[in-house]
Amino acid sequence: MKRVRLKDIAHARSGDKGDSANVGLLANNSEIYEILRKEVTSERVKKHFAGLALGEVERFEMPNLLCLNFILHNSLGGGGSETLRNDAQGKTYGQAILLMEIDIPEKIET
Amino acid sequence: MKSKIKIANGQGFWGDSIDAPMRLMKDGEIDYLTLDYLAEVTMSIMQRQKQKDPGRGYAVDFVQLMKDAFPYILDKNIKVIANAGGVNPTACREAIFAVARELGLSGLKIGIVEGDDILNQIPDFMQNGVDFKNLDSGEPLGEFQRKVLSANVYLSAFPIAEALDKGAQIIITGRGTDPGLVLAPMIYEFGWNANELDKLAAGTVAGHILECGAQATGGNFTRWWEVPDYAGIGYPIAETQSDGSFVVTKPEGSGGMVTVDTVAEQIVYEMGDPVNYISPDVCVDFTTIQLQQEGKDRVRVSGVKGASTTDSYKVSMSYLNGFKASGTLTVSGPDAYEKAVKCSEVVWERLRRAGYTFDETNSEYLGVNSCHGDISPIPKQINEVVLRLSARDMDKAKITRFGKEIAPLITNGPPGVTGFAGGRPKPQEIVAYWPALIDKNLVKTKVTVEEV
Repeated sequence: MKRVRLKDIAHARSGDKGDSANVGLLANNSEIYEILRKEVTSERVKKHFAGLALGEVERFEMPNLLCLNFILHNSLGGGGSETLRNDAQGKTYGQAILLMEIDIPEKIET
Repeated sequence: MKSKIKIANGQGFWGDSIDAPMRLMKDGEIDYLTLDYLAEVTMSIMQRQKQKDPGRGYAVDFVQLMKDAFPYILDKNIKVIANAGGVNPTACREAIFAVARELGLSGLKIGIVEGDDILNQIPDFMQNGVDFKNLDSGEPLGEFQRKVLSANVYLSAFPIAEALDKGAQIIITGRGTDPGLVLAPMIYEFGWNANELDKLAAGTVAGHILECGAQATGGNFTRWWEVPDYAGIGYPIAETQSDGSFVVTKPEGSGGMVTVDTVAEQIVYEMGDPVNYISPDVCVDFTTIQLQQEGKDRVRVSGVKGASTTDSYKVSMSYLNGFKASGTLTVSGPDAYEKAVKCSEVVWERLRRAGYTFDETNSEYLGVNSCHGDISPIPKQINEVVLRLSARDMDKAKITRFGKEIAPLITNGPPGVTGFAGGRPKPQEIVAYWPALIDKNLVKTKVTVEEV
């Protein structure tokens, strides 16, 4: 096994819905998608975003796009024009998830 | 009836690229140009403008844009669909007609869609039993109705198609769904009806991919180093077919890129439950979308499935919920982060000693962790940090007082503090939202087409 950052095997985009953010994590290929399905659980994402995502983290699978879509509830300090945060709309959360490290088999190319 | 039409989007939000719409007109070889001007916060700002001046309350930039676009609309027969009407589509149409008359133009038909603005009808609706229960909290609107600043229904794409059918060359709407701007010309040109759910779903996906402009063509793309010519980035075009399938592309020779990956990223932007994407026209299953690279900067989208939607429209209401302000200071090294933390402590302590507490405060360290919190460790030595201090409260005077406490730190706090330009931060109104539902039968839409 080798340790990689998700940025080496996936890409991502985030957006907002009120005080929730969504993070779409897209695998670079179908083999990696299966690894992400096993490794990048809702619990792990909640832990990664500890201090930012204060509510529940939901996960939806989109195998057609090799994507896991996460909803980070209560994660924008009120969201919209109510939040005091610099990143009011979670625009940078897509980049943030790519900093997560996971173990993958040696043979997987990055 | 056409079998193929090209629809572009030149504006993802009010404040997006000034040049993009005209570049699409000139270089895109398009049939339709769509423009999205409305965010939730925009509606409340426009409602306030209209209260002060009944002739305002729409996106004024759009009027200037149409002046430049007249030759393309009249000679090249490109149709424009924009939600630039805000809370006053009639005034927006009048302003464009006035410019057209000044230029001596004739034969220009402009359609408007009305009915989304229900602000003045709320008391009547409530008397008739509509409770406008908050979709997040479950609380009924009740006494809160007196605080509502704006209330707009997300309308369907069909009234826009009706305006096209009546010959309109420019269609101005208020609040409708963003994807509806793109779906509408497909409904009209291909003669789709409300029961052709897979087609409506495909058109909605086309709208969703286009609605944020260049976010489909390389903007905000993870592998940014692969994107050619960001400076000349092309805005997206959907080449749509009557069966609902379409190709996402961009103008020949423009910058940016259209790949399966750039399009897939945009598809998942602001996505909730992908199986149940609810619009007033159709419920779309985003897990059915198939993407295929069919050429350079050409991605085919097919296979989209839809189901029948709900009996309700979504209503977005806004209300004032206090005031906030943010101010920044730049703190240089050595020990930049440690000094910035000290500055923050000093400001809040001075305000406390002066007798001020706030509903909420926030201290952020730009360059350290303002975006990602604790995800990355704080480096040992940081060259410089921007300290961003924010406060919110229902009392405007307290926020004004907060704004006066930042500049003094340059001379009466830790050393190496600079970058306080632009004066004291002023209190900004906080606009909050009350999302609710309303029975579709209660909302009357009105489509009128007039000619200059």
